[in-house]
Amino acid sequence: MTGRRVWLQVMSLGNLLFLYLPVAVLVLFSFNASRLSATWQGFTLKWYTALAEDRALLAATWNSLLVAGVSTVLATGLGVAAVLGLERLGSRSRRVIEGAMLLPLVVPEIMMGVALMLFFVLIKLPLGLPTVIIAHTAFNLPLVMVIVRARHRKLDPRLEEAASDLGATPWQVFRRVTFPLLRPAVVGAALMAFTVSLDDFIVTFFTAGPGSTTLPLKVYSMIKSGVSPEINALSALLVLVSMGLVGLSLAIQGRGIFIR
Amino acid sequence: MSTPAASGSTATGSDGNGSLARYPGWILAPGLCWAVLFFFVPLLIVLAVSFASRGTYGGVLWTFSLTNYVNLLHPLYFRIFGRSIFFAAVTTALCLVLGFPLAYYIARLPRRRQGLWLVLVLIPFWTNFLVRTYAWMFILRTEGVINKLLMGAGLIDAPIELLYSDAAVLLGLVYGYLPFMVLPLYAAVERLDPALVEAACDLYASRWSVFRRVVLPLTKPGVIAGCLLVFMPSLGAFITPDLLGGARSMMVGNLIQHEYLVVRDWPLGSALSFVLMGVLIAAMAVYYRIDAGMNQEGSRR
Repeated sequence: MTGRRVWLQVMSLGNLLFLYLPVAVLVLFSFNASRLSATWQGFTLKWYTALAEDRALLAATWNSLLVAGVSTVLATGLGVAAVLGLERLGSRSRRVIEGAMLLPLVVPEIMMGVALMLFFVLIKLPLGLPTVIIAHTAFNLPLVMVIVRARHRKLDPRLEEAASDLGATPWQVFRRVTFPLLRPAVVGAALMAFTVSLDDFIVTFFTAGPGSTTLPLKVYSMIKSGVSPEINALSALLVLVSMGLVGLSLAIQGRGIFIR
Repeated sequence: MSTPAASGSTATGSDGNGSLARYPGWILAPGLCWAVLFFFVPLLIVLAVSFASRGTYGGVLWTFSLTNYVNLLHPLYFRIFGRSIFFAAVTTALCLVLGFPLAYYIARLPRRRQGLWLVLVLIPFWTNFLVRTYAWMFILRTEGVINKLLMGAGLIDAPIELLYSDAAVLLGLVYGYLPFMVLPLYAAVERLDPALVEAACDLYASRWSVFRRVVLPLTKPGVIAGCLLVFMPSLGAFITPDLLGGARSMMVGNLIQHEYLVVRDWPLGSALSFVLMGVLIAAMAVYYRIDAGMNQEGSRR
């Protein structure tokens, strides 16, 4: 029995090492003084200062934040309303509509990207920040719904009923009862949506136009033009931001979310 | 702790929509409209375009034809589809082999430490996919860390080409999607009663037969869910083969992108997307059939 435990532990630690080592190496070498070599030639922060002076990069960062911010607000608003509105339907139609609205979660990203690109081109909406925001809202909406729905199902409906019985209008019920109870899930969902939007490459790749380059698109074009320590530095920053946001999101939602 | 949770679950369990109208139904409308307009309509457009033909200068001519689907029968496309399915299948198998011990280990840890390990598995999953793929480019390239280490150790004289190969793509895919396998497996193992495993051990079953006769059948739903979660994104992968693969490692995702953005043959690209979607729907149908079969079995017991 103990032999098995040791074996499992070694395998598991190996797995974690496999998951973390590549990114750790990447971050480590973002501090390497040498531009070309993978041998350590001393500590430097010059690649980070180089990033701060890259105007195109700053513009891309701003675009990314704008897209993530607007699409998160839109998706969260639409998603929470949809979860509450679905309650009104009979269980059969609710299942069908809910299933349909969650479908983007399983459709391949590249499919969603090309579909939206074709759509925008055919309705003659020029590709740019608005199209990217629309696209990001479209894939963030089901994400918000899944997270908020999980929490909403656990709420005691009698609380909302009691509020209605006591004469509260639907808006008052929402503001005083439902929203405070849903808040951890709503904030968690918003942070997840923000992170996903900030990280998205494929859908953005197809729906962005000139002038709407986001951070991942910029990273992609940098990678395509060759490995460089600047990319390592930028990667390290992106890893840090994603981890922070996800850590925050998980902490707010509580442990329950990823165990289902 | 248990009382409010229990009362909450019975209350929701009875029927979600009581007689009281708490919220007006129209608040569903904006979200639903968004989903219809920016998801279902675009998908239908792709479907329609897949039956149209290509204009002389790119673009779409709205004449109905099956040419695009017939063209897909070309051996070149077959090979790319075949390779994608093969890559996705190998990735799934490798993730299963790597992920099972980890999921099992986590599920048998004391409760408090499970959360920490799960977060550790989850974090890479939320880390930028491009960055994680780039990490492997950095490590595998000819001037990369592995080549430096091997040369330093005197194992090789000249750098070897590790990047831009099928193996690099597989490595990148396994690396990218391993967390998708671990989470459902963990959920399944966590529900498995350890007493059953102990009983099998007490009855002198070998480790392998304990695994094959007890653990595997009881965690099958998690295994299948995990396999599906890895198989689906691997099949439609674009970034990994694009960055780590060579000219000969093209997968369906790259082909679709190529047809849309390089060749600008939208009808053919659309047909390709729908065939990809068809394969994925088939995989999901198999999953639901197995899942439904198992639920029936479960209720019979």
